[in-house]
Amino acid sequence: MSRFTVEVLVTPRPGLLDPQGKAIHHALASLGYDAVEDVRVGKAIYLEVAAASAEEAAERVEEACRKLLANPVTEDFRVTAETHR
Amino acid sequence: MNVAVVTFPGSNCDQDCHRSVELAGGSPQYVWHRETTLGGAEAVIVPGGFAHGDYLRPGAIARFSPIMDAIIDFAREGGLVVGICNGFQVLCEAGLLPGALLRNRSLRFQSHDCWLRVERAGTPYTREYREGQVIRMPLSHADGNYYADAGTLAELEAEGRVVFRYCDARGDVTPEANPNGSLNHVAGIMNRRGNVLGMMPHPDRAIEEVLGSVDGLPLFESLVGTEVTAAARSEVA
Repeated sequence: MSRFTVEVLVTPRPGLLDPQGKAIHHALASLGYDAVEDVRVGKAIYLEVAAASAEEAAERVEEACRKLLANPVTEDFRVTAETHR
Repeated sequence: MNVAVVTFPGSNCDQDCHRSVELAGGSPQYVWHRETTLGGAEAVIVPGGFAHGDYLRPGAIARFSPIMDAIIDFAREGGLVVGICNGFQVLCEAGLLPGALLRNRSLRFQSHDCWLRVERAGTPYTREYREGQVIRMPLSHADGNYYADAGTLAELEAEGRVVFRYCDARGDVTPEANPNGSLNHVAGIMNRRGNVLGMMPHPDRAIEEVLGSVDGLPLFESLVGTEVTAAARSEVA
């Protein structure tokens, strides 16, 4: 068994209104960042997972994402597992 | 009628719901979220609050509380289940109602009275209202922005499952009267079978003159007066 750091990125699904992203976009525009065309806000969740391989760690966490960590109605998720440092 | 009022750590409207049922002539009983049975209740209220601190997403963790399996089974058998505010969020997370409640469009916690149009009378929750009746009650939430994909929303409308809609004092559904950005101004919906209701506004905070409105009481009177078949009664352990 090794230990892996698994990063879960949860993001609002495309097309979904993201008021937080809109507010940040607005603030950036008022600071002069005119090149910013869109902002979407999600969240990052970090898990320390014991598993035989990075693939196994990622699989376990993907299952947890479908069950709990992301809401399939409104959110997408992306899972990346790295050897724990 | 025996009505279970579920208490999660962080629930704060369980006492309001308990009193609402009492005033409507029913027998409320608190059920702690770690219980695994509903003790023979004939209806269930999932109250408002911040179950499990609203961490991750409102309702996401509460949805896995031990009592939820009993509530899901009860609902699938046709048992009456109503979720108010945080309770609505829990029922969506549990898959008993379609869609999700997103952050309010304003990004603010909205806490004020709102007007609702009763779109469906004659349900177990609205028998004591008239169709089209305009009622007033408080709302109090940060995540009440109802969202469902276009297909689901069309289905809800076609099947008459939008039970309450935000409106102004005259009953007109205007953009200004929508407090949170909910699609189609949805304030409350039912499942297809018609036994599960979820709504963001608080009928439980509009049950006595001293609270400023009594427009929420008929909802509890409707519920308490509904005939329950043996199949839709929870098991006594």
